[in-house]
Amino acid sequence: MEKTANQTCLIIGASHAGVNAAFALRRQGWKGRIALFDRDPELPYHRPPLSKGFLSGDTSVEESLLKGLNSYEAEKIELHTGRSISGIIRDEKLVKLSDGTSHHYDALILATGARPLIPPIAGVREHENIFALRTATDARSIRNAFVDSAGKRVVVIGGGYIGLEAAASLRKLGGEVTVLEREDRVLARVTSPEMSAYFTDLHQTQGVVIATNRNVAAVGKNDDGLKVNCADGSQYPADLIIVGVGVSVNSELAENAGLRTANGILVDGKMRTSDPGIYAIGDCTTFHHPRYEREMRLESVQNAVDQAKVAAANICGTPTEYSSIPWFWSDQFDVKLQMCGLSTGYDQLVIRQETGDDPHQRSYWYFAGNQLLAVDAINHARAYMLGMKLLKDGKNPNPERLRDATLELHPRTILA
Amino acid sequence: MAKITFITQAGDSLELEADSGSVMELAVNNSVPGIDGDCGGVCSCATCHVHVAPEDWKKTGAPGDMEKDMLEFDDNVSEFSRLSCQIPVTEALDGITLKVAN
Repeated sequence: MEKTANQTCLIIGASHAGVNAAFALRRQGWKGRIALFDRDPELPYHRPPLSKGFLSGDTSVEESLLKGLNSYEAEKIELHTGRSISGIIRDEKLVKLSDGTSHHYDALILATGARPLIPPIAGVREHENIFALRTATDARSIRNAFVDSAGKRVVVIGGGYIGLEAAASLRKLGGEVTVLEREDRVLARVTSPEMSAYFTDLHQTQGVVIATNRNVAAVGKNDDGLKVNCADGSQYPADLIIVGVGVSVNSELAENAGLRTANGILVDGKMRTSDPGIYAIGDCTTFHHPRYEREMRLESVQNAVDQAKVAAANICGTPTEYSSIPWFWSDQFDVKLQMCGLSTGYDQLVIRQETGDDPHQRSYWYFAGNQLLAVDAINHARAYMLGMKLLKDGKNPNPERLRDATLELHPRTILA
Repeated sequence: MAKITFITQAGDSLELEADSGSVMELAVNNSVPGIDGDCGGVCSCATCHVHVAPEDWKKTGAPGDMEKDMLEFDDNVSEFSRLSCQIPVTEALDGITLKVAN
Protein backbone atom coordinates (compact mmCIF):
# COMPACT_ATOMS: atom_id res chain seq x y z
CA MET A 1 0.00 0.00 0.00
CA GLU A 2 3.09 2.25 -0.05
CA LYS A 3 2.05 3.50 -3.47
CA THR A 4 -0.97 5.16 -1.87
CA ALA A 5 1.25 7.44 0.23
CA ASN A 6 0.86 10.29 -2.25
CA GLN A 7 -2.74 9.51 -3.14
CA THR A 8 -5.97 11.01 -1.88
CA CYS A 9 -9.27 9.36 -1.10
CA LEU A 10 -12.17 11.79 -0.70
CA ILE A 11 -15.40 10.70 0.94
CA ILE A 12 -18.59 12.69 0.46
CA GLY A 13 -20.92 12.08 3.39
CA ALA A 14 -19.74 11.54 6.97
CA SER A 15 -22.38 9.39 8.58
CA HIS A 16 -22.31 5.64 9.26
CA ALA A 17 -21.11 4.71 5.75
CA GLY A 18 -18.60 7.49 5.15
CA VAL A 19 -16.98 7.44 8.59
CA ASN A 20 -16.66 3.66 8.62
CA ALA A 21 -15.14 3.78 5.14
CA ALA A 22 -12.50 6.28 6.29
CA PHE A 23 -11.40 4.15 9.23
CA ALA A 24 -11.61 0.94 7.19
CA LEU A 25 -9.30 2.48 4.58
CA ARG A 26 -6.67 3.08 7.27
CA ARG A 27 -7.09 -0.44 8.61
CA GLN A 28 -6.66 -1.80 5.07
CA GLY A 29 -3.41 0.12 4.74
CA TRP A 30 -4.28 3.32 2.85
CA LYS A 31 -1.30 5.59 3.56
CA GLY A 32 -2.34 8.79 1.79
CA ARG A 33 -4.74 11.58 2.48
CA ILE A 34 -8.30 10.75 3.57
CA ALA A 35 -10.82 13.60 3.74
CA LEU A 36 -14.46 13.38 4.78
CA PHE A 37 -17.00 16.06 3.83
CA ASP A 38 -20.49 16.55 5.17
CA ARG A 39 -23.02 19.32 5.13
CA ASP A 40 -24.03 18.50 8.71
CA PRO A 41 -21.96 20.74 11.03
CA GLU A 42 -21.78 18.20 13.88
CA LEU A 43 -19.18 15.65 14.76
CA PRO A 44 -20.61 12.49 13.07
CA TYR A 45 -23.07 10.64 15.30
CA HIS A 46 -25.13 7.47 15.41
CA ARG A 47 -28.48 8.13 13.74
CA PRO A 48 -30.66 5.33 15.20
CA PRO A 49 -30.82 6.92 18.70
CA LEU A 50 -32.26 10.14 17.26
CA SER A 51 -35.78 8.68 17.15
CA LYS A 52 -35.22 6.50 20.23
CA GLY A 53 -33.18 7.43 23.30
CA PHE A 54 -32.42 10.94 22.15
CA LEU A 55 -36.07 12.00 21.80
CA SER A 56 -37.00 10.35 25.08
CA GLY A 57 -34.07 12.09 26.78
CA ASP A 58 -32.18 8.92 27.74
CA THR A 59 -29.09 9.77 25.70
CA SER A 60 -27.52 12.85 24.13
CA VAL A 61 -26.02 13.24 20.67
CA GLU A 62 -22.66 13.89 22.36
CA GLU A 63 -22.87 10.43 23.94
CA SER A 64 -23.67 8.88 20.57
CA LEU A 65 -20.70 9.92 18.44
CA LEU A 66 -19.52 7.45 15.81
CA LYS A 67 -15.93 8.26 16.84
CA GLY A 68 -14.36 10.75 19.22
CA LEU A 69 -12.55 13.73 17.68
CA ASN A 70 -9.23 12.27 18.87
CA SER A 71 -9.82 9.18 16.71
CA TYR A 72 -9.92 11.25 13.51
CA GLU A 73 -6.72 13.02 14.59
CA ALA A 74 -4.98 9.79 15.54
CA GLU A 75 -5.78 8.19 12.17
CA LYS A 76 -5.06 11.42 10.23
CA ILE A 77 -8.57 11.52 8.81
CA GLU A 78 -9.59 15.05 7.81
CA LEU A 79 -13.12 15.89 8.82
CA HIS A 80 -14.72 18.79 6.96
CA THR A 81 -18.14 19.29 8.53
CA GLY A 82 -20.68 21.95 7.59
CA ARG A 83 -19.43 21.88 3.98
CA SER A 84 -21.51 21.20 0.92
CA ILE A 85 -20.37 19.85 -2.41
CA SER A 86 -21.34 21.56 -5.65
CA GLY A 87 -20.07 19.03 -8.16
CA ILE A 88 -17.70 16.32 -9.31
CA ILE A 89 -15.52 16.85 -12.38
CA ARG A 90 -14.59 13.31 -13.33
CA ASP A 91 -12.24 14.21 -16.20
CA GLU A 92 -10.03 16.13 -13.79
CA LYS A 93 -10.75 13.98 -10.73
CA LEU A 94 -11.90 17.01 -8.81
CA VAL A 95 -14.56 17.55 -6.19
CA LYS A 96 -15.81 21.13 -6.05
CA LEU A 97 -17.21 22.64 -2.87
CA SER A 98 -19.88 25.32 -2.66
CA ASP A 99 -17.32 27.69 -1.10
CA GLY A 100 -15.39 27.65 -4.39
CA THR A 101 -12.51 25.44 -3.29
CA SER A 102 -11.79 22.14 -4.98
CA HIS A 103 -10.02 18.93 -3.98
CA HIS A 104 -8.25 16.39 -6.18
CA TYR A 105 -8.94 12.69 -5.66
CA ASP A 106 -7.40 9.42 -6.73
CA ALA A 107 -10.32 7.49 -5.27
CA LEU A 108 -13.73 8.93 -4.45
CA ILE A 109 -16.45 7.44 -2.25
CA LEU A 110 -20.02 8.75 -2.39
CA ALA A 111 -21.83 8.18 0.92
CA THR A 112 -24.44 10.84 0.38
CA GLY A 113 -27.34 8.98 2.01
CA ALA A 114 -30.90 10.12 1.71
CA ARG A 115 -33.10 12.92 2.97
CA PRO A 116 -36.62 12.85 4.35
CA LEU A 117 -39.30 12.92 1.73
CA ILE A 118 -41.68 15.82 2.31
CA PRO A 119 -44.93 14.87 0.57
CA PRO A 120 -46.90 17.48 -1.38
CA ILE A 121 -49.38 18.19 1.41
CA ALA A 122 -50.86 21.69 1.40
CA GLY A 123 -49.35 23.77 4.19
CA VAL A 124 -46.73 21.25 5.23
CA ARG A 125 -43.84 23.64 4.55
CA GLU A 126 -45.58 26.79 5.73
CA HIS A 127 -45.94 26.41 9.46
CA GLU A 128 -43.64 26.17 12.44
CA ASN A 129 -43.36 23.01 14.49
CA ILE A 130 -43.55 20.62 11.54
CA PHE A 131 -40.46 18.44 11.41
CA ALA A 132 -38.81 15.62 9.55
CA LEU A 133 -36.37 13.43 11.49
CA ARG A 134 -32.99 12.64 10.00
CA THR A 135 -30.37 14.83 11.70
CA ALA A 136 -29.36 15.74 15.24
CA THR A 137 -30.72 19.24 14.56
CA ASP A 138 -34.10 17.74 13.61
CA ALA A 139 -34.16 15.67 16.79
CA ARG A 140 -33.22 18.63 18.99
CA SER A 141 -35.87 20.79 17.32
CA ILE A 142 -38.55 18.15 17.92
CA ARG A 143 -37.51 17.69 21.51
CA ASN A 144 -37.48 21.45 22.18
CA ALA A 145 -40.83 22.02 20.48
CA PHE A 146 -42.30 19.16 22.48
CA VAL A 147 -40.94 20.40 25.80
CA ASP A 148 -42.11 23.97 25.05
CA SER A 149 -45.59 23.01 23.87
CA ALA A 150 -48.52 23.48 26.22
CA GLY A 151 -50.66 20.58 25.07
CA LYS A 152 -47.96 18.01 24.12
CA ARG A 153 -50.19 16.96 21.23
CA VAL A 154 -48.12 15.18 18.58
CA VAL A 155 -49.27 13.98 15.17
CA VAL A 156 -46.91 11.66 13.34
CA ILE A 157 -47.58 11.42 9.62
CA GLY A 158 -46.38 7.98 8.50
CA GLY A 159 -46.40 4.69 10.42
CA GLY A 160 -42.98 3.38 9.43
CA TYR A 161 -40.19 2.53 11.88
CA ILE A 162 -39.05 6.15 12.35
CA GLY A 163 -42.60 7.36 12.88
CA LEU A 164 -43.43 4.60 15.36
CA GLU A 165 -40.17 5.06 17.26
CA ALA A 166 -40.73 8.81 17.52
CA ALA A 167 -44.32 8.18 18.63
CA ALA A 168 -43.16 5.77 21.35
CA SER A 169 -40.40 8.11 22.57
CA LEU A 170 -42.75 11.11 22.89
CA ARG A 171 -45.55 9.03 24.39
CA LYS A 172 -43.09 7.89 27.07
CA LEU A 173 -42.65 11.60 27.92
CA GLY A 174 -46.40 12.00 28.33
CA GLY A 175 -47.27 13.21 24.86
CA GLU A 176 -50.73 12.76 23.39
CA VAL A 177 -49.61 11.02 20.24
CA THR A 178 -51.51 10.10 17.07
CA VAL A 179 -49.97 8.21 14.15
CA LEU A 180 -51.63 8.72 10.76
CA GLU A 181 -50.91 6.00 8.23
CA ARG A 182 -52.01 6.09 4.60
CA GLU A 183 -52.10 2.31 4.13
CA ASP A 184 -54.47 -0.03 5.95
CA ARG A 185 -51.74 -1.02 8.44
CA VAL A 186 -48.58 0.46 9.93
CA LEU A 187 -45.21 -0.84 8.63
CA ALA A 188 -47.07 -1.93 5.49
CA ARG A 189 -44.07 -1.54 3.19
CA VAL A 190 -41.58 -3.26 5.45
CA THR A 191 -43.11 -6.19 7.29
CA SER A 192 -45.90 -8.76 7.57
CA PRO A 193 -49.52 -8.04 8.59
CA GLU A 194 -48.90 -10.06 11.77
CA MET A 195 -46.02 -7.80 12.83
CA SER A 196 -48.05 -4.72 11.92
CA ALA A 197 -50.84 -6.01 14.18
CA TYR A 198 -48.39 -6.60 17.02
CA PHE A 199 -47.00 -3.06 16.85
CA THR A 200 -50.45 -1.50 16.47
CA ASP A 201 -51.53 -3.30 19.62
CA LEU A 202 -48.35 -2.33 21.48
CA HIS A 203 -48.87 1.37 20.68
CA GLN A 204 -52.58 1.34 21.43
CA THR A 205 -51.99 -0.37 24.77
CA GLN A 206 -49.53 2.40 25.60
CA GLY A 207 -52.07 5.07 24.68
CA VAL A 208 -50.93 6.04 21.18
CA VAL A 209 -53.78 6.56 18.69
CA ILE A 210 -53.09 4.66 15.46
CA ALA A 211 -55.30 5.79 12.58
CA THR A 212 -54.88 3.87 9.32
CA ASN A 213 -56.29 4.61 5.86
CA ARG A 214 -55.67 8.29 6.60
CA ASN A 215 -54.54 10.27 3.60
CA VAL A 216 -53.34 13.63 4.88
CA ALA A 217 -54.67 16.36 2.59
CA ALA A 218 -53.67 19.59 4.31
CA VAL A 219 -52.03 21.06 7.38
CA GLY A 220 -53.42 24.31 8.73
CA LYS A 221 -53.15 26.51 11.76
CA ASN A 222 -55.67 28.25 13.99
CA ASP A 223 -55.73 29.71 17.51
CA ASP A 224 -55.61 26.23 18.97
CA GLY A 225 -52.42 25.34 17.11
CA LEU A 226 -51.82 23.10 14.12
CA LYS A 227 -54.47 20.91 12.59
CA VAL A 228 -54.10 18.02 10.22
CA ASN A 229 -56.93 17.44 7.75
CA CYS A 230 -57.34 14.06 6.10
CA ALA A 231 -59.03 13.34 2.79
CA ASP A 232 -61.84 11.45 4.57
CA GLY A 233 -62.76 14.57 6.55
CA SER A 234 -61.13 13.52 9.81
CA GLN A 235 -59.18 16.23 11.61
CA TYR A 236 -56.40 16.03 14.20
CA PRO A 237 -55.20 18.98 16.32
CA ALA A 238 -51.48 19.14 17.09
CA ASP A 239 -48.81 21.21 18.80
CA LEU A 240 -46.18 19.58 16.65
CA ILE A 241 -46.13 17.34 13.61
CA ILE A 242 -43.49 14.82 12.63
CA VAL A 243 -43.35 13.77 8.98
CA GLY A 244 -41.93 10.28 8.52
CA VAL A 245 -43.07 9.00 5.15
CA GLY A 246 -39.81 7.78 3.67
CA VAL A 247 -36.80 9.27 1.95
CA SER A 248 -35.46 10.65 -1.30
CA VAL A 249 -32.03 9.36 -2.26
CA ASN A 250 -29.27 11.95 -2.47
CA SER A 251 -28.15 10.90 -5.92
CA GLU A 252 -28.07 14.31 -7.62
CA LEU A 253 -24.28 14.72 -7.34
CA ALA A 254 -23.83 11.34 -9.02
CA GLU A 255 -26.44 12.08 -11.70
CA ASN A 256 -24.93 15.45 -12.50
CA ALA A 257 -21.54 13.78 -12.83
CA GLY A 258 -23.02 11.37 -15.36
CA LEU A 259 -22.91 8.28 -13.16
CA ARG A 260 -25.63 5.67 -13.65
CA THR A 261 -28.50 5.89 -11.18
CA ALA A 262 -31.88 4.17 -10.75
CA ASN A 263 -33.59 4.79 -7.42
CA GLY A 264 -30.07 5.25 -6.06
CA ILE A 265 -26.53 5.24 -7.34
CA LEU A 266 -25.92 1.98 -9.20
CA VAL A 267 -22.96 0.00 -7.88
CA ASP A 268 -21.55 -3.45 -8.56
CA GLY A 269 -20.68 -6.05 -5.92
CA LYS A 270 -17.42 -4.21 -5.21
CA MET A 271 -19.34 -0.94 -4.62
CA ARG A 272 -17.99 0.61 -7.83
CA THR A 273 -20.21 3.03 -9.70
CA SER A 274 -20.28 3.19 -13.48
CA ASP A 275 -16.98 5.10 -13.13
CA PRO A 276 -14.57 2.49 -11.71
CA GLY A 277 -12.64 5.19 -9.82
CA ILE A 278 -15.74 6.24 -7.92
CA TYR A 279 -17.41 4.09 -5.27
CA ALA A 280 -20.77 4.55 -3.57
CA ILE A 281 -21.94 3.06 -0.26
CA GLY A 282 -24.85 3.08 2.16
CA ASP A 283 -28.43 4.31 1.83
CA CYS A 284 -27.70 6.00 -1.51
CA THR A 285 -26.80 2.81 -3.43
CA THR A 286 -28.81 0.42 -5.53
CA PHE A 287 -27.06 -2.91 -5.99
CA HIS A 288 -27.60 -6.51 -7.01
CA HIS A 289 -27.59 -8.63 -3.86
CA PRO A 290 -26.14 -12.06 -4.72
CA ARG A 291 -28.00 -13.77 -1.87
CA TYR A 292 -31.40 -12.58 -3.14
CA GLU A 293 -30.52 -12.34 -6.83
CA ARG A 294 -32.24 -9.00 -7.28
CA GLU A 295 -31.56 -5.27 -7.24
CA MET A 296 -32.21 -3.51 -3.96
CA ARG A 297 -31.55 -0.43 -1.91
CA LEU A 298 -31.29 -0.82 1.85
CA GLU A 299 -31.59 1.88 4.49
CA SER A 300 -29.76 0.51 7.49
CA VAL A 301 -26.67 0.81 9.64
CA GLN A 302 -25.66 -2.75 8.73
CA ASN A 303 -25.73 -2.02 5.02
CA ALA A 304 -23.84 1.26 5.45
CA VAL A 305 -21.09 -0.27 7.58
CA ASP A 306 -20.66 -3.45 5.53
CA GLN A 307 -20.61 -1.64 2.19
CA ALA A 308 -18.05 0.77 3.66
CA LYS A 309 -15.75 -2.12 4.51
CA VAL A 310 -16.18 -3.68 1.05
CA ALA A 311 -15.39 -0.39 -0.71
CA ALA A 312 -12.33 0.21 1.47
CA ALA A 313 -10.98 -3.29 0.83
CA ASN A 314 -11.38 -2.94 -2.93
CA ILE A 315 -9.80 0.53 -2.99
CA CYS A 316 -6.84 -0.90 -1.07
CA GLY A 317 -6.40 -3.76 -3.54
CA THR A 318 -8.14 -6.65 -1.77
CA PRO A 319 -10.94 -7.78 -4.11
CA THR A 320 -14.08 -8.17 -1.99
CA GLU A 321 -17.75 -8.67 -2.91
CA TYR A 322 -20.70 -7.56 -0.80
CA SER A 323 -22.96 -10.43 0.28
CA SER A 324 -23.99 -9.61 3.87
CA ILE A 325 -27.19 -10.88 5.44
CA PRO A 326 -29.23 -7.77 6.24
CA TRP A 327 -30.04 -7.01 9.88
CA PHE A 328 -31.97 -4.22 11.53
CA TRP A 329 -33.32 -3.29 14.91
CA SER A 330 -35.97 -1.02 16.39
CA ASP A 331 -36.72 0.03 19.98
CA GLN A 332 -40.26 1.08 20.89
CA PHE A 333 -41.43 1.42 24.49
CA ASP A 334 -39.80 -1.46 26.35
CA VAL A 335 -39.76 -3.65 23.28
CA LYS A 336 -36.66 -4.44 21.26
CA LEU A 337 -37.24 -5.74 17.76
CA GLN A 338 -34.30 -7.42 16.02
CA MET A 339 -34.58 -8.59 12.44
CA CYS A 340 -32.31 -10.63 10.19
CA GLY A 341 -32.69 -11.64 6.56
CA LEU A 342 -35.35 -10.27 4.20
CA SER A 343 -38.87 -11.68 4.32
CA THR A 344 -39.86 -10.55 0.81
CA GLY A 345 -41.52 -13.40 -1.05
CA TYR A 346 -42.37 -15.56 1.99
CA ASP A 347 -45.27 -18.03 1.74
CA GLN A 348 -45.24 -19.35 5.29
CA LEU A 349 -44.96 -17.53 8.61
CA VAL A 350 -44.33 -19.42 11.83
CA ILE A 351 -44.98 -17.46 15.02
CA ARG A 352 -43.31 -18.76 18.13
CA GLN A 353 -44.77 -17.29 21.32
CA GLU A 354 -42.62 -17.95 24.38
CA THR A 355 -44.31 -18.84 27.64
CA GLY A 356 -41.96 -17.14 30.12
CA ASP A 357 -42.41 -14.01 32.24
CA ASP A 358 -42.31 -11.56 29.33
CA PRO A 359 -45.59 -11.75 27.36
CA HIS A 360 -43.95 -9.85 24.49
CA GLN A 361 -41.22 -12.39 23.92
CA ARG A 362 -41.86 -14.03 20.57
CA SER A 363 -40.35 -14.54 17.13
CA TYR A 364 -41.65 -14.55 13.57
CA TRP A 365 -39.97 -16.98 11.18
CA TYR A 366 -40.50 -16.41 7.44
CA PHE A 367 -40.17 -19.26 4.94
CA ALA A 368 -40.44 -19.74 1.18
CA GLY A 369 -41.21 -23.43 0.86
CA ASN A 370 -38.93 -24.98 3.46
CA GLN A 371 -36.26 -22.30 3.06
CA LEU A 372 -35.82 -19.87 5.96
CA LEU A 373 -35.79 -16.26 4.68
CA ALA A 374 -35.92 -14.03 7.73
CA VAL A 375 -36.57 -13.80 11.45
CA ASP A 376 -38.21 -10.95 13.38
CA ALA A 377 -37.54 -11.33 17.10
CA ILE A 378 -39.30 -9.34 19.80
CA ASN A 379 -37.49 -9.14 23.15
CA HIS A 380 -35.80 -12.30 21.99
CA ALA A 381 -32.10 -11.93 21.25
CA ARG A 382 -31.71 -15.69 21.27
CA ALA A 383 -34.18 -16.14 18.40
CA TYR A 384 -32.49 -13.34 16.48
CA MET A 385 -28.99 -14.74 16.88
CA LEU A 386 -30.14 -18.28 16.13
CA GLY A 387 -31.94 -17.02 13.03
CA MET A 388 -28.80 -15.20 11.92
CA LYS A 389 -26.71 -18.34 12.42
CA LEU A 390 -29.14 -20.54 10.46
CA LEU A 391 -29.27 -18.02 7.61
CA LYS A 392 -25.47 -17.87 7.52
CA ASP A 393 -25.16 -21.66 7.55
CA GLY A 394 -28.01 -22.08 5.03
CA LYS A 395 -29.93 -24.36 7.41
CA ASN A 396 -33.71 -24.59 7.58
CA PRO A 397 -35.53 -25.28 10.84
CA ASN A 398 -38.55 -27.55 11.09
CA PRO A 399 -41.60 -25.24 11.27
CA GLU A 400 -43.62 -27.52 13.55
CA ARG A 401 -40.84 -27.92 16.08
CA LEU A 402 -40.06 -24.23 15.87
CA ARG A 403 -43.65 -23.32 16.73
CA ASP A 404 -43.63 -25.60 19.80
CA ALA A 405 -42.49 -23.29 22.61
CA THR A 406 -42.17 -26.23 25.00
CA LEU A 407 -39.08 -27.24 23.00
CA GLU A 408 -35.93 -25.27 23.76
CA LEU A 409 -34.99 -22.85 20.98
CA HIS A 410 -31.76 -24.53 19.93
CA PRO A 411 -30.35 -25.98 16.68
CA ARG A 412 -30.47 -29.51 18.10
CA THR A 413 -34.24 -29.27 18.65
CA ILE A 414 -35.48 -27.17 15.75
CA LEU A 415 -33.27 -28.69 13.04
CA ALA A 416 -34.40 -32.22 13.94
CA MET B 1 -8.76 5.65 35.56
CA ALA B 2 -8.66 2.05 34.38
CA LYS B 3 -5.98 0.58 32.15
CA ILE B 4 -7.33 -2.13 29.84
CA THR B 5 -5.27 -4.32 27.52
CA PHE B 6 -6.80 -5.52 24.24
CA ILE B 7 -5.23 -8.44 22.38
CA THR B 8 -6.27 -8.41 18.72
CA GLN B 9 -6.83 -11.40 16.44
CA ALA B 10 -3.48 -10.57 14.85
CA GLY B 11 -1.88 -10.94 18.29
CA ASP B 12 -1.14 -7.24 18.80
CA SER B 13 -1.45 -5.87 22.30
CA LEU B 14 -3.01 -2.43 22.85
CA GLU B 15 -3.02 -0.77 26.25
CA LEU B 16 -5.75 1.85 26.61
CA GLU B 17 -7.05 4.00 29.46
CA ALA B 18 -10.47 5.41 30.25
CA ASP B 19 -12.45 6.65 33.21
CA SER B 20 -15.99 6.51 31.83
CA GLY B 21 -18.15 5.13 29.04
CA SER B 22 -18.17 1.49 28.01
CA VAL B 23 -15.29 -0.79 27.10
CA MET B 24 -16.69 -0.90 23.54
CA GLU B 25 -16.52 2.90 23.24
CA LEU B 26 -12.92 2.88 24.45
CA ALA B 27 -12.03 0.28 21.82
CA VAL B 28 -13.94 1.99 18.99
CA ASN B 29 -12.42 5.37 19.75
CA ASN B 30 -8.99 3.83 19.54
CA SER B 31 -9.77 1.77 16.45
CA VAL B 32 -9.12 -1.62 18.03
CA PRO B 33 -9.48 -4.01 15.06
CA GLY B 34 -12.43 -6.40 15.42
CA ILE B 35 -14.47 -4.21 17.76
CA ASP B 36 -16.93 -2.32 15.61
CA GLY B 37 -19.85 -1.46 17.90
CA ASP B 38 -22.09 -1.02 14.87
CA CYS B 39 -25.32 -0.59 16.86
CA GLY B 40 -23.82 2.11 19.06
CA GLY B 41 -23.88 0.07 22.24
CA VAL B 42 -27.48 -1.10 22.62
CA CYS B 43 -26.74 -4.84 22.67
CA SER B 44 -28.21 -5.32 19.18
CA CYS B 45 -25.37 -6.42 16.91
CA ALA B 46 -22.71 -8.49 18.72
CA THR B 47 -19.88 -6.70 16.87
CA CYS B 48 -17.97 -5.94 20.09
CA HIS B 49 -17.41 -9.49 21.35
CA VAL B 50 -14.40 -10.05 23.64
CA HIS B 51 -13.00 -12.94 25.67
CA VAL B 52 -12.10 -11.86 29.18
CA ALA B 53 -8.86 -13.29 30.57
CA PRO B 54 -10.04 -16.01 33.03
CA GLU B 55 -8.24 -14.37 35.94
CA ASP B 56 -10.14 -11.11 35.25
CA TRP B 57 -13.61 -12.67 35.00
CA LYS B 58 -14.45 -11.63 38.56
CA LYS B 59 -13.74 -8.00 37.69
CA THR B 60 -15.98 -7.84 34.60
CA GLY B 61 -18.67 -10.12 35.96
CA ALA B 62 -20.89 -12.44 33.92
CA PRO B 63 -23.15 -11.31 31.05
CA GLY B 64 -26.78 -10.31 31.63
CA ASP B 65 -29.63 -12.43 30.23
CA MET B 66 -30.03 -10.62 26.92
CA GLU B 67 -26.28 -10.42 26.42
CA LYS B 68 -25.98 -14.15 27.12
CA ASP B 69 -28.62 -14.82 24.46
CA MET B 70 -26.76 -12.62 21.97
CA LEU B 71 -23.56 -14.57 22.61
CA GLU B 72 -24.77 -18.16 22.74
CA PHE B 73 -24.84 -18.81 19.00
CA ASP B 74 -21.81 -16.72 18.09
CA ASP B 75 -19.20 -18.85 16.33
CA ASN B 76 -16.43 -17.80 18.70
CA VAL B 77 -18.27 -17.93 22.00
CA SER B 78 -16.34 -19.11 25.06
CA GLU B 79 -17.15 -19.39 28.74
CA PHE B 80 -15.44 -16.00 29.16
CA SER B 81 -17.33 -14.17 26.41
CA ARG B 82 -18.78 -10.69 26.94
CA LEU B 83 -20.15 -7.96 24.68
CA SER B 84 -17.89 -5.06 25.53
CA CYS B 85 -20.70 -2.50 25.07
CA GLN B 86 -22.27 -4.01 28.19
CA ILE B 87 -19.17 -3.51 30.35
CA PRO B 88 -19.04 -0.02 31.87
CA VAL B 89 -15.55 1.30 32.54
CA THR B 90 -14.88 1.55 36.28
CA GLU B 91 -11.76 1.65 38.46
CA ALA B 92 -12.41 -2.00 39.21
CA LEU B 93 -11.44 -2.94 35.64
CA ASP B 94 -7.92 -1.57 36.03
CA GLY B 95 -5.38 -4.05 34.72
CA ILE B 96 -7.71 -6.45 32.90
CA THR B 97 -6.92 -8.12 29.59
CA LEU B 98 -9.52 -8.70 26.86
CA LYS B 99 -9.00 -10.75 23.72
CA VAL B 100 -10.95 -9.56 20.67
CA ALA B 101 -13.15 -12.50 19.64
CA ASN B 102 -13.58 -11.83 15.90
